[in-house]
Amino acid sequence: MSIASSNASMTVPVATHTGVNAAGLSEKVSIRNLEFFYGDSRALKGINLPLYANKTTAFIGPSGCGKSTLLRILNRMYDLYPGQRATGQVMFDGENLLDAGVDINLLRARIGMVFQKPTPFPMSIYENIAFGIRLYEKLPRSEVDARVEHALRRAALWDEVKDKLAASGLGLSGGQQQRLCIARTVAVKPEVILFDEPCSALDPISTAKIEELIDELKQDYTIVIVTHNMQQAARVSDFTCFMYLGDLIEFDVTEKIFTAPTDKRTQAYITGRFG
Amino acid sequence: MATARVNALYVRRRARNTIAKSLAYAAAAFGLGWLVLILAVLLFHGVGGLSLSVFTQNTPPPGSEGGLLNAIVGSLAMTLLAIAIGTPIGILAGTYLAEYGRHDKLSSIVRFINDILLSAPSIVVGLFIYEVMVAPMGHFSGYAGAVALAIIVIPVVVRTTEDMLRLVPDTLREAAASIGLPRAHMIVRIAYRAARAGIVTGILLAVARISGETAPLLFTALNNQFWSLNMNAPMPSLPVVIFQFALSPYEEWQKLAWTGALLITVTVLALSILARSLTARRT
Repeated sequence: MSIASSNASMTVPVATHTGVNAAGLSEKVSIRNLEFFYGDSRALKGINLPLYANKTTAFIGPSGCGKSTLLRILNRMYDLYPGQRATGQVMFDGENLLDAGVDINLLRARIGMVFQKPTPFPMSIYENIAFGIRLYEKLPRSEVDARVEHALRRAALWDEVKDKLAASGLGLSGGQQQRLCIARTVAVKPEVILFDEPCSALDPISTAKIEELIDELKQDYTIVIVTHNMQQAARVSDFTCFMYLGDLIEFDVTEKIFTAPTDKRTQAYITGRFG
Repeated sequence: MATARVNALYVRRRARNTIAKSLAYAAAAFGLGWLVLILAVLLFHGVGGLSLSVFTQNTPPPGSEGGLLNAIVGSLAMTLLAIAIGTPIGILAGTYLAEYGRHDKLSSIVRFINDILLSAPSIVVGLFIYEVMVAPMGHFSGYAGAVALAIIVIPVVVRTTEDMLRLVPDTLREAAASIGLPRAHMIVRIAYRAARAGIVTGILLAVARISGETAPLLFTALNNQFWSLNMNAPMPSLPVVIFQFALSPYEEWQKLAWTGALLITVTVLALSILARSLTARRT
C-alpha cells in the first residue's frame, strides 16, 4: 500500500495498513493529500485515507469537522455549487475522480448516495426505481419490472410496497422512504454507496432496519457512512475514521478506534467529552 | 390572582386593543363592502341580459338586439395566442433564474427588470406594441393584440415559475444528481414535476390577468363590429366592446356591456378558484 502520509497524526493508521493488507483487502478508493475549499476557507487539510472494497467505513467527528464534506467529494456533489473546489487525488479504479475530464454523471452512477432526509422523487414507487434504471439502460418492460423488484427486495421494502407500486413514493413513511432511496441507488448498479447520516431523521425501529440493510449491502458494495451516532458507527462499520477541524485524526479498524484509540482527541470524542 | 393584575395600566392597554381592533374590522368591512357592492351591481345589471343570443349573435349595430359572440371568440383567440407565446418564454426565463443562473449577477438584473414589467401600466405595453407592430404593419390586428397580452403574461409566469422552482428543495436536486441524472433532465423530470401545480397556477393567474385587459388591446387589436377569425385584421374583444358599449348612449349596447362585464368577472373568478384549489392540493 502506497499511502504517503503527509499528515503527522496519520502515523498510526499507516502502520495498521500493513496489518490490514495482510488480511487481503483491496482499496476501492484511495484518497491522497485531499484539500477542500469553500471559497477561501479550507475545510479539509490534506486527507489521506483508503476505502476498502466490500467493507463499511464510517466517518465520525463533531459538527463541522469535514466528514460530510469528505463524503460529498467522493461523488463530486460539490460541483453543483460554485466557489467550492478540491485539490489532491481521489483515485477510483486508476482514475483521479477530481480530474476535470471525468464524466460526472457516469461517476455518480457508479458512486451512489443516500441522504440525511429521505428524498423520494415526486412520482410513483415503481417509477422512483425504474427512472434510474432507464437512464443508462434500454430494457424491455419485463426486465425493468424484474430489476425494480430486485432493488426493492434488496432494500427490504418489497413486501411492504408490492401491492401499491403505482402509489406515490411521497405517501410512504420516513423509514420506508429512506429504504426506497436505497433501492433507487442500488437499482443503478453502483460500486460504492455513500450514506450521509441516513438515520438521523428516522425512529429507532427504522434505524435498525437501515443498519441491518447496510450490513447486507457490503457483500456487493463498498460502503461509506457519515454518522453522528457513535453506537451506529460501532455497529455497522469495519473501519472508522475520526475527523476533527478538517484533519483526519485517526483511521483504523472500528474495534480498535472504539476500544483502544491512539489519539487523545479520539478518546475524548468517543467517550463523549466533546463534540 | 388574576384580578390583582387588573390595574390602570392593563385597563388602558385593553382599551387601546379594543380601539385598534375595531379600526381593523372597520377597514376590512369598508374594503370588502365596495367589492360586494360592485359584484352586486354587476349581477343585478348583468344577469338580466344573459340569454342564449349573447353567445350566438354578433355585436349589433346601434339600436338593435344582438350578442357578444364575435367579442367572446376574439378574446379567446387572442388570449390563447398570448398564452402560447408568453408561457414558454416565461417558464424558460423562470427556469434560468431558479436553476442555471441562481448565482449569476445577470439573474438579479433580470429579476429586477421583470418586477418592473410585472407592475408596468398595461397602457404602456399597448403603446409599445403600437409602435413596433401596428405602425409598421399599417393596420390594427389580432396578432398585435395577442403580442401585447403576451408581454403582460411573461412577467407573471417568470415570477411564479421561479418562486415555485425555488420551493423545490435542493436535497431533491442532489438526489437526482446522485443517480447520475444530467442537470437538464433533473429540471424537466424532477423539478418541473415537483413544482407543476404551482407553475400551472401561475399560468392560470396570467390568463385571469389578461382576460380583463382593455388598454393594451385598444391600441393593437382595436375592435371589430363583425365576425372575424382573421388575426391579421382588427379583432373584437370583450373588454374593448364593454368599453365602447358602456360609453354609448344606446340602451341595448349598455345592457350588453353589463353582461360582458359579468362574463369576464365570472371567468376570472373561476380561474382564481381553480388556481387556488391547485395550490391547496399541493400542500
